[in-house]
Amino acid sequence: MFDPTSLIPTEELKVFRDRILQAAREKIAPQAPIVDEEEFFNREVESLLWELGLLTLTFPEEYGGIGKNKTAALCIAVEEIAKYCASSGLLLIIQAVGSFPIIHGGSAELRRKYLPQMSKGRKLVAYLVTEPSAGSDVSGIRTTAKRVDDYYLLNGSKCFATSGGVAGIYSVLAKTSEEKEKSSFFLVERGFQGLSVGRTEHKLGQRGSNTTEVFLDNVQVPAENLLGIEGEGFFIAMKDFDMSRPAIAAQALGIAEGALETLLQSVREKQNLQQPVKELPILQAIIADSATLIEASRGLVYRAAILNDEGKSNTKLASMAKCFAADAAMKITAEVIDALHILDGYGSLKISDAERMFRDAKLTQIFEGTNQIQRLVIARQVLKEWI
Amino acid sequence: MDFELTNRQKQIRLAVREFAEGEIAPVAQECEIKEDFPRDLIKKAAQLGFIGVFIKKENGGLGLGFLEHATILEEFWRVDPGLGQVFSSLTFGAEELQFFSSEEQKKKYLPPLVKGDWIMGFSITEPEAGSDTASAVTTAKKEGEEYVINGNKVMITNGTVANFVLVYCLTHPEETSRSKRHSILLVETDRPGYKADRIHRKMGIRASDTANIYFNNVRVPKENLIGVEGNGFSQLMKFFDHSRSYVAAHGVGLAQGAMEQAINYVKKRKQFGKTIASFQVTQFKIAEMATLIETARSLVHKTCWNLDRGNVDSQLAAMAKWWACNVAVRVVDEALQLHGGYGYLEDYPIERFYRAAKILELYEGTKEIDKMMIGRKILGVT
Repeated sequence: MFDPTSLIPTEELKVFRDRILQAAREKIAPQAPIVDEEEFFNREVESLLWELGLLTLTFPEEYGGIGKNKTAALCIAVEEIAKYCASSGLLLIIQAVGSFPIIHGGSAELRRKYLPQMSKGRKLVAYLVTEPSAGSDVSGIRTTAKRVDDYYLLNGSKCFATSGGVAGIYSVLAKTSEEKEKSSFFLVERGFQGLSVGRTEHKLGQRGSNTTEVFLDNVQVPAENLLGIEGEGFFIAMKDFDMSRPAIAAQALGIAEGALETLLQSVREKQNLQQPVKELPILQAIIADSATLIEASRGLVYRAAILNDEGKSNTKLASMAKCFAADAAMKITAEVIDALHILDGYGSLKISDAERMFRDAKLTQIFEGTNQIQRLVIARQVLKEWI
Repeated sequence: MDFELTNRQKQIRLAVREFAEGEIAPVAQECEIKEDFPRDLIKKAAQLGFIGVFIKKENGGLGLGFLEHATILEEFWRVDPGLGQVFSSLTFGAEELQFFSSEEQKKKYLPPLVKGDWIMGFSITEPEAGSDTASAVTTAKKEGEEYVINGNKVMITNGTVANFVLVYCLTHPEETSRSKRHSILLVETDRPGYKADRIHRKMGIRASDTANIYFNNVRVPKENLIGVEGNGFSQLMKFFDHSRSYVAAHGVGLAQGAMEQAINYVKKRKQFGKTIASFQVTQFKIAEMATLIETARSLVHKTCWNLDRGNVDSQLAAMAKWWACNVAVRVVDEALQLHGGYGYLEDYPIERFYRAAKILELYEGTKEIDKMMIGRKILGVT
């Protein structure tokens, strides 16, 4: 039914996709309503994702990563998992986003020290960028890193940190200069003195993901834990977006597909009624619109991912994919709820599944740059091409 | 043509607003989490004259119109949809009594509702009869001086807390016309054979009670018939023509509340060195929300104004219901969007409003039913 294989660039990735889909269907799907209702981070699913190699996917090959097409592989995995559980899909994305500054900014020595601990030692990474006063405006951060002898002293508070309470390693963005855009990433271990995890947030959706505050109070970080060139953290963050935005788009795509699948199952179950429900015009319109939006989203997601893997600029397409797929997921999940009310009526488990997907979808319009910001990015890029 | 509310209507709005902001807002989140509502709040609202204002004076009400009723509910929903639904549902179905019941029934059942002593419910929906009410199979059989009721109703507001419920029953299954088979009966909930199970963890409006109801040989005297036997369907349609007007006001209230939360937020929130209110993209969003709300409110006012002059217009009521509720869903989505990540947390009321909004497009006729009614009326087809 949903066959994206024509867009998947290699045979290897097609096999990869089938393996993930099967695991997601059999092992992750049953957990989705439970983690949502009880709002907890599921360690069993985490173990499964480690075993499948999905939490090291974007690492260098010697540390468990996939050889090439990393962004595409990440998107494929996220899409398949998010069909059944958006929260589990998010864990993969954050692991990739959080380790990006380490993989692409860390010195050879630093990588040799930390990447084995992260892969063999199964350490989750959190990405500490957002602050209470700096959301879309990354350059507005107030956390500071002051150089003192052979270490940096970090002070500040971070919020909305996905995996904040379950991570062993943090990539922290802090200002290393008074100048507005001069900030730098640092690798900070959970055990460093002065780092503490604040409250766990209660969220509208993706409730199986762990979101916390993290406080840095005079944390001494060795100077060699600086990631990349001092003052150029902002550029790492922007490069990271080129990978993470297609991945968020893939998550939205997965949620939308999961919702449509739920609806189609219901239609199939009601096949034998006197008036076949598949002939209802209202349903046909919802199914047609949803399937079209899904195909369009998939095209954008894969193109954005493949461009990044080819080392070409994908900034515009990444924002388009994220913005479009997120809006599509909202529309599709909302309409699936309507359709299921027509078909299944009260108390149906399918409706509560669709309601969860609807709540989960909303976050995709907000994080990794709100859709307002995505539109700004797209408009700027388009104007740049023309003027 | 006069678009101005009367002084009395304006005063009612202000009084409800003061009550809602002072008494409802502080307990709203707690009620949502506990899935319950405080009874003393209902008593207070009743003392202030906010409940069932459309009920005639001789039956204990204020004898006002649906415009006033809708305005009151808009103000409740502006502050909290969950408790707004609680207040709206206290008299949900009282129209049936007012339009169709005997004087004795009116005297017996309406005054305690207005005083906040009693709660009622209206049980229509069944597992196999949602939008298609004419398919209801909960049966009432006449045995001597009594009706004996058997069947199940689902998703009934106030099922476990109501003192009495109206029940949409099949009484004439042999009738060839689908619209002549049903009758409406009043059932006191302490009668033997009445059982209600509360539904928990709805997506939103959790303060409001929703239950599945089971009628197992429930016996009521024949005097408990509301209106005329076999006229249940047309009586029900007349009820919907009225109730849709103020359910539409729920949508206006929710949208208004959501927009105000967004306005407060964007005026304070700073990014890129400026408040986000100073960005054009934000200004456009607010402009769109405000305009949508204005159109919805106008439509609600027009519908109520007509009802209060005795002009019952099914098409207009369906338009108001669909449009205002659709506006609510759209506005709350953008309002949460403007809160960014903070909107996704339980800390801000916008999260609660967001979850609440969807029900507006599902109950009192799904939006699809509303559109079908409008379309058929315009095209003259059935």
